[in-house]
Amino acid sequence: MNIIVCVKQVPDTEAPIRITPDGSGIDETGVTLVMNYYDEHATEAGLRLREQFGGTVTLVSVGPERAKEALRTGLAMGADDAVLVSDPALNGADHLGVARVLAAVIKTLPHDAVICGKLSTDDNATTVGAALAEYLGLPQATAVAHLEVDAAGTGAVVHREVEGGVEVLAVPFPALLTVERSLNEPRYPSLPGIMKAKRKEIKTLTLENLGLAAAEVGAAAARTALVRLSPPPARKAGRMVEGDTEQAVAAILAFLVDEAKVL
Amino acid sequence: MGADIWVYIEHAEAAPKKVSLELLSCARSLSTELGGNIVAFVPGSKIDQVIAAVGSRGADIIYAAEHPLLDTYTTDGYAAVLADAVRAESPAIVLVGSTAQGRDLAPRVAARLGAGIVTDCATLAWRDGKVLATRPMYTRKAIGTVRVTGGGPCIAVVLPAMYPLPDADSPRRPEVRRRPVHLDGKAIRTSVREVKSVHRETIPLIEANVIISGGRGMKGPENFAILDDLARALGAAVGSSRPPVDSGWVPHDYEIGQTGKTVSPQVYLACGISGAPQHLAGMSGSKYIVAINKDPNAPMFQVADLGVVGDLFEIIPKLAEAVRKAKSQH
Ligand SMILES: Cc1cc2nc3c(=O)[nH]c(=O)nc-3n(C[C@H](O)[C@H](O)[C@H](O)COP(=O)(O)OP(=O)(O)OC[C@H]3O[C@@H](n4cnc5c(N)ncnc54)[C@H](O)[C@@H]3O)c2cc1C
Ligand SMILES: Cc1cc2nc3c(=O)[nH]c(=O)nc-3n(C[C@H](O)[C@H](O)[C@H](O)COP(=O)(O)OP(=O)(O)OC[C@H]3O[C@@H](n4cnc5c(N)ncnc54)[C@H](O)[C@@H]3O)c2cc1C
Repeated sequence: MNIIVCVKQVPDTEAPIRITPDGSGIDETGVTLVMNYYDEHATEAGLRLREQFGGTVTLVSVGPERAKEALRTGLAMGADDAVLVSDPALNGADHLGVARVLAAVIKTLPHDAVICGKLSTDDNATTVGAALAEYLGLPQATAVAHLEVDAAGTGAVVHREVEGGVEVLAVPFPALLTVERSLNEPRYPSLPGIMKAKRKEIKTLTLENLGLAAAEVGAAAARTALVRLSPPPARKAGRMVEGDTEQAVAAILAFLVDEAKVL
Repeated sequence: MGADIWVYIEHAEAAPKKVSLELLSCARSLSTELGGNIVAFVPGSKIDQVIAAVGSRGADIIYAAEHPLLDTYTTDGYAAVLADAVRAESPAIVLVGSTAQGRDLAPRVAARLGAGIVTDCATLAWRDGKVLATRPMYTRKAIGTVRVTGGGPCIAVVLPAMYPLPDADSPRRPEVRRRPVHLDGKAIRTSVREVKSVHRETIPLIEANVIISGGRGMKGPENFAILDDLARALGAAVGSSRPPVDSGWVPHDYEIGQTGKTVSPQVYLACGISGAPQHLAGMSGSKYIVAINKDPNAPMFQVADLGVVGDLFEIIPKLAEAVRKAKSQH
């Protein structure tokens, strides 16, 4: 089975971020960059399919040169190959642009399953997976929390978490899946895995290599533009109550009635 | 491109989802700047009750797209119907609720149409002939303002609880237009085997005005019963931080935060939750935050409008009692 996993490099969510003074983005100096959290689950899902069916797991990323580090994390977990598309013409590309670039790469690779994270923790867009499915002409199952591929590898039955329940969906392969964190527990890279990943050559492609023009996928084609990034409205500590239970109950009740007006 | 504003009406059990109705309010505020009609787009099969429920909420026109193959939601079926309709009618904006269905459908349709897409919008405005959206980014450590550029429709996926529910007694009587639907069963590649409903003691998180959330401080699964009881008294929903989910005390869909749900109720009552940044990512957009924690230094108090230092096991049951008493006096 040929499995493609899409991987994005993002700032570590453990650390605070600094917005640049002009609000155009975040200041990346000193920021630890990691593989998007959900993409660890996507990589794990790919590796498990390979263990079950044989074949290869190929990682694909769109981003600057430094995104190779995120790909190396995936290689260290056990992926076979990694491809990075890096091109200055992608500055200002939007989600559909990124999805088009991913589609162009994946079309050149055999694929039975394409796996993405449910969302990425920087842009939070939840957009690339389904858009990529459209560009590849594949059926999709998003936010997959449970995955069972049939013995012949021709399709899967998945569980999707929907409001108030679980949807059990049958999807034929080749398909695009986006994955939830409850799908699996990602493995840690092994020491030999890390050593191997260090030596592994990561193929780097430009738009030209893919036969794409900046006008199709770059800033000129973008339908959305970030105007500014601002800090969230500050929340400040409010009133504190440190009394006995009766005082605590009275204070909460009064708050619900008089301030929040929900009673 | 037209000036109409469409609201995609998601529905279940013959009733529109709350967020879909909220979007009719969002559409109304956009229409004062944009002009154009507010169109409720209702796909499905046997949707008369849904149409009736939408009818009194302020739409000018209802497009009904009815077909037996739309009986359950599938990406292929619904994307085809919505994309065809948008292509034919060219609305300025299509508003979609940020639900499992909305997030599955909207990007697929946007890609098909080459439409600009903005997701997880908190606010939407029409400025200088363009859609301007604000949305939380970087796990809510920043708010992005995004402009949709270029021509053609735009699809905005909007967070729940950002706009008020419109009154149910609008004098407008929308015209119902039935759109012809052409669908081939073979074009629908996935099939829904079943939808298992997960039993919840209380209402769903995204529909709730008040959310009561329990953390590791709840100590065990059995203790969530006291939160359920308070929730019933308040008409609230129950959620949790991540540890209760990881420990199997509550189902995964309870989780609020970076790797769970984003909620913004009128009141968020955090019980035995310390206030880690990954948790705040999911709830710091709440209107009011009340925290109960026995540790006066818990970071949650830094963001709480009302902080109560105390033992939740003593406070919660008494609070439920007090709420019931207060309600019976109204
Ligand atoms: C206004 C604006 C300006 C932008 N400017 C730039 C820019 O200058 N340079 C640039 O490279 N991008 C740019 N982008 C693209 C952006 O950084 C993201 O890569 C893209 O928007 C994907 O969104 P997301 O990360 O929220 O994806 P989501 O849809 O939330 O991600 C879901 C999944 O899709 C996959 N995925 C997403 N992005 C990538 C990727 N890049 N590579 C591989 N897999 C991926 C992952 O599996 C991920 O888990 C811009 C986007 C916008 C909206
Ligand atoms: C990548 C990543 C993603 C994450 N995503 C999420 C997420 O989406 N959501 C999330 O919540 N977490 C998430 N986390 C975990 C997060 O970092 C915290 O570990 C978690 O939020 C802590 O949960 P808690 O506050 O319930 O537990 P704790 O931090 O252990 O706090 C328990 C609190 O209960 C109080 N307490 C104990 N007994 C009582 C009592 N009787 N009465 C009153 N108070 C009491 C204690 O004083 C303490 O403050 C994530 C972590 C990572 C690394």
